[in-house]
Amino acid sequence: MSAPDGRRAEGPGELNPSRATWLIRAEGLAKDFRLHLQGGVTIPVLRGLALEVAAGECVALAGPSGAGKSTLMRCLYGNYGADAGRILLRHQSDIVDLVTADARAMRAIRRDTLGYVSQFLRVIPRVGARDIVAEPLAARGLAPEEARARAGALLTRLNLPERLHSLPPATFSGGEQQRINLARGFAADYPVMLLDEPTASLDAANREIVIALIAEAKARGAAIIGIFHDVEVRDRVADRLFDVYPIQDAA
Amino acid sequence: MSMPPLLSARDLELRFGRVAALDGVDLDIWPGEVVAIVGESGSGKTTLLRVLSGLMRPDSGSVDYRGQDVLGMGEAARRRLMRTEWGFVHQNPRDGLRMAVSAGGNIGERLMAIGARHYGNIRAEAANWLGRVEIDAARMDDVPAKFSGGMQQRLQIARTLVTQPKLVFMDEPTGGLDVSVQARLLDLIRALVADLGLAVLIVTHDIAAARLLAHRMLVMREGCVVEQGLTDRVLDDPQHPYTQLLVSSVLAA
Repeated sequence: MSAPDGRRAEGPGELNPSRATWLIRAEGLAKDFRLHLQGGVTIPVLRGLALEVAAGECVALAGPSGAGKSTLMRCLYGNYGADAGRILLRHQSDIVDLVTADARAMRAIRRDTLGYVSQFLRVIPRVGARDIVAEPLAARGLAPEEARARAGALLTRLNLPERLHSLPPATFSGGEQQRINLARGFAADYPVMLLDEPTASLDAANREIVIALIAEAKARGAAIIGIFHDVEVRDRVADRLFDVYPIQDAA
Repeated sequence: MSMPPLLSARDLELRFGRVAALDGVDLDIWPGEVVAIVGESGSGKTTLLRVLSGLMRPDSGSVDYRGQDVLGMGEAARRRLMRTEWGFVHQNPRDGLRMAVSAGGNIGERLMAIGARHYGNIRAEAANWLGRVEIDAARMDDVPAKFSGGMQQRLQIARTLVTQPKLVFMDEPTGGLDVSVQARLLDLIRALVADLGLAVLIVTHDIAAARLLAHRMLVMREGCVVEQGLTDRVLDDPQHPYTQLLVSSVLAA
């Protein structure tokens, strides 16, 4: 896949020997928002950010609301473009830089390597819960029946009653929609996973299941970056915290 | 795995008098990709679609389809492409259907144009495609003039896709339809495109439709592509002032 700037990005002296198996690594990352409709005002959100996450490790983003935790997550997923720096990702046998990867490369990276669980489910009219969850598996070439079977099993594990599996989730509760989102994010075994408030609207029983899913993902070697406002969940899944500080006196 | 693009356009220029309809447009589309071209009326997006599909000649520039020079080929060769490897879904189904021919005939005609001769097979395939676009097979012998606008549009899609084209051009396919009908049509297009692995170039001013369907997006203004990239990035982190205006004008796209 074309990501010419990303290959061989790893210089011999740059690698931290204690975490030689990083799967994702941000360096000098900066992100501004330029609001052209508000007279071109620029809001700086991230500056010189460096973060490295190893296989099997879960890092929780910490910091006050508005510090840029979600912005960082969205940059790491390629949903926001970064203004400076690099986001290196091990994708198949290459190291790619997500900051310069083109749209087609990003699509392949998201299909095979990089998973994302957002806070809210983007409902697609008329598509049932099971098919929403099966879609990333089908995109990887899994046979439709197999993808649907795996999706159904995961939904059942997340306590979504089977009678709901074929229904479009537009009318489901917030907690049910979030569990569909979680099932979709965990259905494919992504090497790198980004979790934005994965337990926000879940009850205690389902929270336990999500904690177990995260533990299993770590055990298979996934690198996980998460925002967890639930401190108990955070303490149980995270190996360390990464502070995101608000930028002072916005220019 | 550097696969070549299916269609590749370079430096397209077209002026209508003093107005630049296309002003240095480049575009590539690869197999299996859905690319949306968005922008307001008059931005040049429909002109671009017509130029890419060989319906209109630019003043300068090139369009290559799998090694063939689209602008240099004769009308017969272009029509052959339209019958076989390309499809075109028009905004107004009347432009893409034969209104006096039955629904089954509209689908069967495309099959016959690529050499199908067995009446039973053609009819069975037509019935299969009516089912795929959710039209009751009992309506097979009705003419499209008796159909609702949404059904006509679904029939046009069946007629276009029955020959399994590699590249489909769509010009505002949900344009004239009620909102409730649009959602159904969009979902249908989404599912068919994924199943068949088509490359689709879709022109729309409906940002929500583009988000639902397209992997990649180009934003056009005054004949120029002002911004392009991953659909969700263009919509969630727009950089160009015009894209910011376009996105901020939409309710919850």
